[in-house]
Amino acid sequence: MIAELGHLSVIIAFMVAIVQSVIPMIGASKGYVGWMDAARPAAIIQFLAIFFAFIMLTVSFITSDFSVKLVASNSHSLKPMLYKVSGVWGNHEGSMLLWILILAFYGALVAVFGNRLPIILKARVLSVQAMIGVAFIAFLLFTSNPFERLSFPPFDGKDLNPLLQDPGLAFHPPFLYFGYVGLSMTFSFAIAALIQGSVDAAWARWVRPWALLAWITLTIGIALGSWWAYYELGWGGWWFWDPVENASFMPWLIAVALLHSAIVVEKREALKSWTVLLAILGFSFSLIGTFIVRSGVITSVHAFANDPERGVFILLILIIAIGGGLTLYAFRASSLRSGAIFSPVSREGGLILNNLLLVVSTIVVFVGTIWPLVAELVLGRKLSVGAPFFEIAFTPFMVILAISLPLGAILPWKRAQIKRAGSPLIGALSLSLALGLLIWSLQTGGRILAPIGLALSAWVILGTLTDLIVRCRMLENGFFAGIRRLIKLTRADWGKAFAHIGLGLTIFGISAITAWETEDIRVAKIGETFEMSGYTFIFDDVTKVNGKNYSSDMGTISAYEGKKLVAKLKPEKRFYPVQRMPTTEAGINSTFKRDLYVALGDFQNDGWTIRTYVKPFAVWIWIGCLVMAFGGLMSMTDRRLRFASTNKIRRKI
Amino acid sequence: MAMGLKKRRRIQLIVIAVFFLIVASILIGFAFKDGIEFFRSPSQVVSENINEDEVFRIGGLVKENSLLKDGNNVSFIVTDRANEVEVKFVGILPDLFSEGTGMIATGRLKSNIFEATEILAKHDENYMPKEVADALKEQGVFQE
Repeated sequence: MIAELGHLSVIIAFMVAIVQSVIPMIGASKGYVGWMDAARPAAIIQFLAIFFAFIMLTVSFITSDFSVKLVASNSHSLKPMLYKVSGVWGNHEGSMLLWILILAFYGALVAVFGNRLPIILKARVLSVQAMIGVAFIAFLLFTSNPFERLSFPPFDGKDLNPLLQDPGLAFHPPFLYFGYVGLSMTFSFAIAALIQGSVDAAWARWVRPWALLAWITLTIGIALGSWWAYYELGWGGWWFWDPVENASFMPWLIAVALLHSAIVVEKREALKSWTVLLAILGFSFSLIGTFIVRSGVITSVHAFANDPERGVFILLILIIAIGGGLTLYAFRASSLRSGAIFSPVSREGGLILNNLLLVVSTIVVFVGTIWPLVAELVLGRKLSVGAPFFEIAFTPFMVILAISLPLGAILPWKRAQIKRAGSPLIGALSLSLALGLLIWSLQTGGRILAPIGLALSAWVILGTLTDLIVRCRMLENGFFAGIRRLIKLTRADWGKAFAHIGLGLTIFGISAITAWETEDIRVAKIGETFEMSGYTFIFDDVTKVNGKNYSSDMGTISAYEGKKLVAKLKPEKRFYPVQRMPTTEAGINSTFKRDLYVALGDFQNDGWTIRTYVKPFAVWIWIGCLVMAFGGLMSMTDRRLRFASTNKIRRKI
Repeated sequence: MAMGLKKRRRIQLIVIAVFFLIVASILIGFAFKDGIEFFRSPSQVVSENINEDEVFRIGGLVKENSLLKDGNNVSFIVTDRANEVEVKFVGILPDLFSEGTGMIATGRLKSNIFEATEILAKHDENYMPKEVADALKEQGVFQE
């Protein structure tokens, strides 16, 4: 009964979405207010119906109703509750339902909180959002019904893939989808703007929070995924340039470009058509990502069980959305007049450089991701594009981006002189160069990467701090007056500072771990001692441990720094009997200075294979991501955006 | 000034964009030299003449009873049921690696032995890498 209610609810949402995509759009072009108003209740009903269906599916999972096919093939009665719930989206059908839920949720947000939006724009935005909804609900209903029943329910389920039974991965998809789907919102705004043929500062203020929200959640989602890969896969890598990772990285890059160019539209009424194009591209890359993940056309370490029919369906959605969006753009973009003129050396110029670099680097990632497909279709050769490709072709653009960031961020709007505006940065520049040189001279042999990466990271962070000091005129007005001004800076300014510092921290983590990590593989007997990078490791023992739905060999390895015990590492080799599948849980001890990382391999003859890493400053990669996301959050809560499109500013009475 | 300032900006912008695109193309060209790994089935490895420096991927089934472990040194035979290639590897095999299942290895061919630097098996137990499945289909071994 529960599953049927859910199914029915999805069908209702489908009907409502069809109405919502047609009626308000006609109303907007004919000027029928009543028709336009229909968008609001429709969006809310659509969301509630999908939400109800999602709850029904979740209930089926929690109560382990194995007559539902999806539950039977992805759950097990013994599974911990967290993974019963996360199992809802740990498979193709359920994750599509989550995708649609978030899509409808965004629509409902606009319907409920969009009172200040011009009514015509709002009607069109909700209509476009509903069109996307129609496409994806149809996809769910016709190719991937999560509520399908089994005529002979099994006694127990097949369990969720053990690798997915992990807290980091339980929340990875929801965050990622909030990001992917968030870009549908900016897409809808862009299409609506093209239909109406105008873009103004108010439009930009409306688009920016959605771009920011999408970007924040994508950042967190990607960081969670990479953190999971780091401790779960047991090879200590955190980014593999795998097609599916790239699928999430491309929309992220475009989102970064979009939220920077939206600033120019808002403040200077320039770059209008470019911003609209980015909004279309952002969602296009989300769809391309979905296609890559779901169709299985490219071999990747990720995969859903997939069939060609689904791939074709998504390809169709992709072609209609991207083709339609770009065609509309081609015809209407010229009507988006940009007013302001600026000199090449100016904040606008800096932001354009940022945009060009980000878009070109996205193209590079895209070429690398799609090349295996092209080569197979055109050249008939099977090949894969490995990490070296991206290191050579992608990294240089990021280096230029990091070099130009502090300068671009400190330039005034409209026109600037590099000498004058940039002079406060001389301190940051010389400190960073000195740091790079110092590291270069201290490092015995080793790669050039460490000095360059660390100098870049210092340059970005110090440059951003310099910007703050200049903005609050700390040098002219003295320390305390400066601090007072600093506190009064807008949240958007703080957001910018945090996001840029976060980027600097991530660059730092990446450079340090890539340049200085050390690795050791050996077969060790219990009681054996080995040394590595100034640490002494003692292999104490291995014990059998039983979890709720797995058994495990848990090793204990003590790590000493000199005579001092710094960590007891507990790497595990788990075995999940239901899926007859082993997994590796690395034993990790993290401090701000370094990670000690141990993975346990097989037992053979009289010892265990042990893989040990010392990874300097690893944790800063993820701290940097969090700081970036926090910066986005600050920027999003800026009051200018909250009170968007009205000129009223609340005053204290 | 014959040309409007706005138009001049636009042209400058296009020039810079084209410049970046050219740089990107050149970089992509260079990167393809190092970054592309061809996939070969054991039959292709046996029949083709492969340079010792070329990094490529080999995929197929791990032959039953061929897996030997000596400390960190692992060796096994990869087969597509028509031809076989010996693979050597130093390190820890992935969790899902076992005899009779599909795998992909990255590495070089040195005097007819494949020296792997990385071995991939997949998240999913039932998974057969697409390339491996295709290679086996060519030999008529594997049917869907």
